Amino acid sequence: MTLHVDTPAPARSRVPRRSPGHRGSGRGGGLARFDLRATPYFLVSPYFLLFAVFGVFPLGYTLWVSLYDWELAGDKSFIGIDNYISLITDATFWNAVVNTLAMFVISTVPQLVLALILANALNKRIRGRLFFRLGVLLPMITSVVAVAVVFTQLYGRDYGMINWFLGLFGVDAINWQNESWTAWIAISTMVDWRWTGYNAIILLAAMQTIPKDLYEAAALDGASARRQFWQITIPMLRPTIIFIVFISTIGGLTLFTEPVLFDGNPTMAGGATGQYQTVAMFIVKEAFRDFDFGYAAAAAWLLFALILIGTLINYSFTRRIGGNK
Amino acid sequence: MLNTKRHGTLAAVVVMTAAALAVTSCSSSEPAKNTAASGGSASEPVTITVQTFGGGANFGYKKAVETWNASHPNIQIKHENPTDRFEDVFLPQLLQRLQAGSGAADVVGIDEGAMGLMKARPQFFADLAEYGLDKRKSDFPAAKWENGINKDGKLFALGTDIGGMAMCYRKDLFEKAGLPGERDEVTKLWPDWTTFMEVGKKFQAANPGKGDPKFLDGPNTLYNVLLSQEAPKNGNVNYFDKNNQLILESNPAVKTSFETVKTFSQAGMTAKLASFTPPWNAALKKGGFAVMGCPAWMVGVIKDNSGPGNSGKWDVAGVPGGAGNWGGSYLAITKQSKHPKEAAEVLNYLTGKEGHVMAFQEANAFPSSIPAQEDPAVKDLKSDYFNNAPTGQIFGESVKGLLPVFLGEKHAQVKTSVEKVLEGMDQGSIPYDQAWQKFVEAGVKAAG
Repeated sequence: MTLHVDTPAPARSRVPRRSPGHRGSGRGGGLARFDLRATPYFLVSPYFLLFAVFGVFPLGYTLWVSLYDWELAGDKSFIGIDNYISLITDATFWNAVVNTLAMFVISTVPQLVLALILANALNKRIRGRLFFRLGVLLPMITSVVAVAVVFTQLYGRDYGMINWFLGLFGVDAINWQNESWTAWIAISTMVDWRWTGYNAIILLAAMQTIPKDLYEAAALDGASARRQFWQITIPMLRPTIIFIVFISTIGGLTLFTEPVLFDGNPTMAGGATGQYQTVAMFIVKEAFRDFDFGYAAAAAWLLFALILIGTLINYSFTRRIGGNK
Repeated sequence: MLNTKRHGTLAAVVVMTAAALAVTSCSSSEPAKNTAASGGSASEPVTITVQTFGGGANFGYKKAVETWNASHPNIQIKHENPTDRFEDVFLPQLLQRLQAGSGAADVVGIDEGAMGLMKARPQFFADLAEYGLDKRKSDFPAAKWENGINKDGKLFALGTDIGGMAMCYRKDLFEKAGLPGERDEVTKLWPDWTTFMEVGKKFQAANPGKGDPKFLDGPNTLYNVLLSQEAPKNGNVNYFDKNNQLILESNPAVKTSFETVKTFSQAGMTAKLASFTPPWNAALKKGGFAVMGCPAWMVGVIKDNSGPGNSGKWDVAGVPGGAGNWGGSYLAITKQSKHPKEAAEVLNYLTGKEGHVMAFQEANAFPSSIPAQEDPAVKDLKSDYFNNAPTGQIFGESVKGLLPVFLGEKHAQVKTSVEKVLEGMDQGSIPYDQAWQKFVEAGVKAAG
């Protein structure tokens, strides 16, 4: 909640410069000053009110619930941090964590690299540039459910197109849901199909803000296109890369819809032995399949901690991009 | 904007709070829908909402509701069927609305598997004896009636349908494999599970190819048939004893059913499909397997999923190993209902002879009430989709002498978890020699 402190700060310093006449003119001046001070808060308040109701309150309530042995429509009793203790010794939970991290890495790394390459290509003078730029965004406007349903059918064991295609080369039908790594790959392709274009467009927008004269100067100095890309484009994109890495980290660690639909039915089990159960699925399973609210709430808080750690690690990596700028 | 370190950290906070929002949204319940009726005084027309679940014709209430509404202008039924999935969609939503104290329908459908859970929560349901429905006792077999009495000894639910047990098979695939296709001959082929295995071997020998149909769909349906037959042999309990203690590991009914499923799976007779999944539906349509355990309601499921193109290819035969029951549902009145008296009238009608008969005709939901079972409209009903199989007679035979099987409070959760292990074993992600151990572990965890 310290975020909005910055916003009024410049306004305060601007007051004397912009309206010197109001200084020390008694009550009216006080009101005006109050107006100048309070209005920005007032104007940004809707966001914070909504955030308090739909963000802070559920967050706190979840914490409170996590301290109880709380059954949906049943009994509840205070048990302190017992839920957290059982969670960190629960192999199912850690299995979900491993699945989530694995799918995050398998999907995000190629996705960002591909997005960078795509953005660089779209930044060139090519024919039908607008068409291609809009084209990479198309998967974004497709419902994630539709994407997952279609991909799950493509990956079907008996009647799926991918196995049919592999069968042409004599590969036996793969049961994609059966092994962790095949399921991870299948789910990662769904994520990538949907988000690569989105990241590419954000990177493209950032690329277009890089001053052309930097490239011209580099070209004059004899830098190759490749060198320009690594020495100018990438360092200048750093803030944007940090942003998309954050977004991808959060998206990746809360992965839910794709693996749920990949399972065929919403049992949230993520395969017979949880081969692709993510932490988000684990939470929903505990809360709404096994009706153990307290346990699910504790898992939600651990996921929150996980995301916090993941984001900080990624931040410390990405801020190094482009050397000591 | 993110160039300085400080702003970067701030941005991180923004992003992380957004993440927190995403996480917490998992735990917030869906907005409760107000289904309360409009009327205040008794003279005004009252709307009674009835919520059920199930695919296709689900509870088969379309005609029954229309008939009632035409003759009862003051009590109008509004029937809703929000989902085809009970354990993982309908039940969690119902529990949330019960706890919230609003949003649940006046009359709700409950699957047999969750009756243990609901019996333990008498605070959410109206006492049907207050509206005179305890007089209906003689209409129902003990197996059905006793499940509707909660832990306080109050009647809170009345039976709709009952599963019974038969085997549905693909007549065309049987004949192609050189087996008899006629239903009486098929029934004679498999008096018990050993002979059933022999038939399976013959069928599989005639279908050796990779793309050829398998004998069975997968482990789930077979397992449920077996357990329904084994439980009555072992004290009428399956996962829990009558004190709600988990006996999954020690109950021979569970172990026997498990071992039989394992044998069929190891013999390569299953299409390795999990029931009620899209690939299972696809295999129903494309003839991916030939036989499936078939309670009465499954007849409707097969018809809906196989589609009109397969009409006449399916038939119904007797089940190896004798009678059993899988599934069947109940109707209860929620305490939050504003018109429990009118709701009780509706419940009485839907679980009465007339309602039961119409539901059977519409959805093949075999009536649990005795007067309806004895009605010629039920007894003599034939299913044209299933080669004119006399489903009324077949299922009527299969429910005779059924005993009430006790289902524990967490039956539904344990059932879902252990069946997942069966699927994993069948599909190869769990080795056969570790499957029983995993099976027990999954059950213990779900019950905990």
